[in-house]
Amino acid sequence: MAAQNDPNGPLSTVPTPEEEAAQEHFDAVIAEDSRIEPRDWMPEGYRKTLTRQISQHAHSEIIGMQPEANWITRAPSLKRKSILMAKVQDEAGHGLYLYSAAETLGTPRDVLTEQLISGKAKYSSIFNYPARSWADMGAIGWLVDGAAIVNQVPLCRASYGPYGRAMVRVCKEESFHQRQGFEILMELAAGTEAQKQMAQDAINRFYGPSLMMFGPPDGDSPNSQQTMKWKIKRFTNDDLRQRFVGMIAEQVKVLGLTLPDPELRFDEETGKWIHKDLDWAEFKAVIAGAGPCNAQRLQRRRDAHHEGAWVREAAAAYAEKMQQEAEVA
Amino acid sequence: MSATETTESYGDSTASATRITPGNALRPEDIQLQQGAPGEAVAQYALRLGDDALVLAQRLSNWISRGPEIEEDIALGNIALDQLGHARSFLSYAGLAWGKSEDDLAYWREEEDFRSLHLFEQPNGDFGVTIMRQLMISIYQHLLYTELLDSSDETISAICAKAVKEVDYHRDHAIMWTRRLGIGTEESARRMRHALEVLWPYVGELFEDEDLYDELGDAGVRPSSLRERWDTEFAAVLESADLEVPTGPFALCRGRHGEHSEHLGHLLAEMQVLARKHPGASW
Repeated sequence: MAAQNDPNGPLSTVPTPEEEAAQEHFDAVIAEDSRIEPRDWMPEGYRKTLTRQISQHAHSEIIGMQPEANWITRAPSLKRKSILMAKVQDEAGHGLYLYSAAETLGTPRDVLTEQLISGKAKYSSIFNYPARSWADMGAIGWLVDGAAIVNQVPLCRASYGPYGRAMVRVCKEESFHQRQGFEILMELAAGTEAQKQMAQDAINRFYGPSLMMFGPPDGDSPNSQQTMKWKIKRFTNDDLRQRFVGMIAEQVKVLGLTLPDPELRFDEETGKWIHKDLDWAEFKAVIAGAGPCNAQRLQRRRDAHHEGAWVREAAAAYAEKMQQEAEVA
Repeated sequence: MSATETTESYGDSTASATRITPGNALRPEDIQLQQGAPGEAVAQYALRLGDDALVLAQRLSNWISRGPEIEEDIALGNIALDQLGHARSFLSYAGLAWGKSEDDLAYWREEEDFRSLHLFEQPNGDFGVTIMRQLMISIYQHLLYTELLDSSDETISAICAKAVKEVDYHRDHAIMWTRRLGIGTEESARRMRHALEVLWPYVGELFEDEDLYDELGDAGVRPSSLRERWDTEFAAVLESADLEVPTGPFALCRGRHGEHSEHLGHLLAEMQVLARKHPGASW
C-alpha cells in the first residue's frame, strides 16, 4: 500500500495481501452503496478518474463565468445586473468547492490550475460558444444550467463522499440559476418583437450544444461503464439526455417559443424521445480546441493568472513576514 | 404564523413606510412601494450617493472572472453587489420625487446628469489601484454612512443602516490588502505607491461642500466635516502598510455638477447600450 499515493511509484502487477484486503473493502463499500472518504484506500484508476472528472467540473465552473461576465456590465436593468452578478459569483464558489473536493484526492489546486491554463485539462465545451446577446443569459440559465442539473443531481449520490456532498450544494444553487434563466426568457418572450426574436435565436443556438453536454452516445462512450461500476455515475449519457430533452420539450411551450428540432417527438412504443441527429463532429472539434471561443476563454484565464502573480506573491511574502515577526515576539 | 407575520417576513407587495426604520433590512423594491416621496434636496442628495455607488459597482463588476485568485473574484464581486444594492436603494428613493424608477435614472440619463465623484469613476488599473481606490472610498463611505444613521430623513437613515455594515466589511478587505501589498514584496510596494499617486488627486473632491447642504439641514452630512477623521484613519492604515500619504495637490473636479472625467462617458456607454437599444422594453 506504500505506493498508493505515489503515481510515479513502481506498479507491481501482483497485489500484496494488504492490497487485496483493501480492494475487497473498497468493493464492499461500493457494493453496499456507502461512501469512500479521502483517507480510505481506493484503486488508482478510481482516484485518477475522479480527479479528472471533479477538476474538469471545477474548470467548467470557472471558465463558465466568462460568457456571463460578458453581460454583467451591459445588463439591461439594475435588478438583472444584480442577479447576474450573484449568479456568476456562485459559479466561482462552485469552482472553489470542487477544487477543494479534488484536492482531497491528492492533487493541489495550483497543479489543477496549471493543467487548465496550459490547455492540458478539459472543461465543458459549451462554454466555447459566444454569449452574443442578452437572451443568451436566459438560454444559458435554462438550457446549460438545466442540463447541468440533470447531470449533477445523480452525482449527489456519487460514491466519493466529498464530491457527492459538494454536488448537493451546487445543485441547490443551480436550480435557482435555471429558474432565473427561464425567467429572463419568459420576460423576453412576452416582450417586443425584437426581444422575442432575441430569445428564439438564443434557444436555437444553445439547443444542440446543450444536448451534447451529456457526452457522446452510449455506444461511443468507453469510460462510462467503469464509472458506473464505481457508482460515480448512475445513469448513461443517453438516459440523462432523454430526461433533459423531455423536460425542455414541455417547458418551451410555456415560453411560447420553439426548439430548433422539428423531428422531436415522444415515441410511445419505445417510451423514448426522438430528437434530431446531433453534430458530433462539431462536438469533437470544439473539444479539440476549434470552438469559436476556446482560445479567448483560455487566454482570459491565463491573463488573470499571470497578471495576478505579483498579488499572490505579495500575499505569500506578507504572510511569511508576519509569521517571522510572531516568532520573534 | 399569523397573517401579519407572513407579510412582515416577505414584505414584497406590502411594504409601507412604517417598515422603514434603522436596522430593518430595506430593499429597493420596498422603497419603490413607499408612499412618501423625498423633497427635492433629499432627492438630489440620494441621487449623489446612488450615482457614486452605481459607478463604483460598474467598475468593480469588471473584476469578476479577472481577479488574481478566484477568492478575489468572489470578494470584489460581493463588494460590487453591495454597492449596486446601495445604488438601487438610493436611486429608487431619489426617483420617487420625480416619478422615475431606478432604471430610468441609471439608463436614461446623460453623462452630464450624473452626479458621481471623480474618484469613483477612475479606471480599475491593476489590482493595486483597485484596492487603493477601495481603501479611499470605503473609509469615506463608512464615515459618511455612520453619520447618516442619524439623518433626519428616515429612509436615508434606513438605507445607511444596512449599507454601513457592508462598507465596514469593504473597508476591512481594503485594509488587509493594502497591508499585504504595501509590505509584501518590492514590486507590490512599488505598485501601491503608484496607485496612491494616480488616485490622490481625486481625494479632495470627496470633502467638498456645495449649496445643497444648506437646504438639507440634518438630513445630510457636510462632506467637509468628515475630512479630519478620514485623514487620520487613512494615514494610520498607510503607516501600518509602510506607505506614505502623498503630498501632491488635488485636482479641480466638479462631478457633483455633472462635469466628469473622460472615463465616465465610456462607462455609461457600455452600461446603457442594451437598454437604450430597446426603448420601452421591460426585462
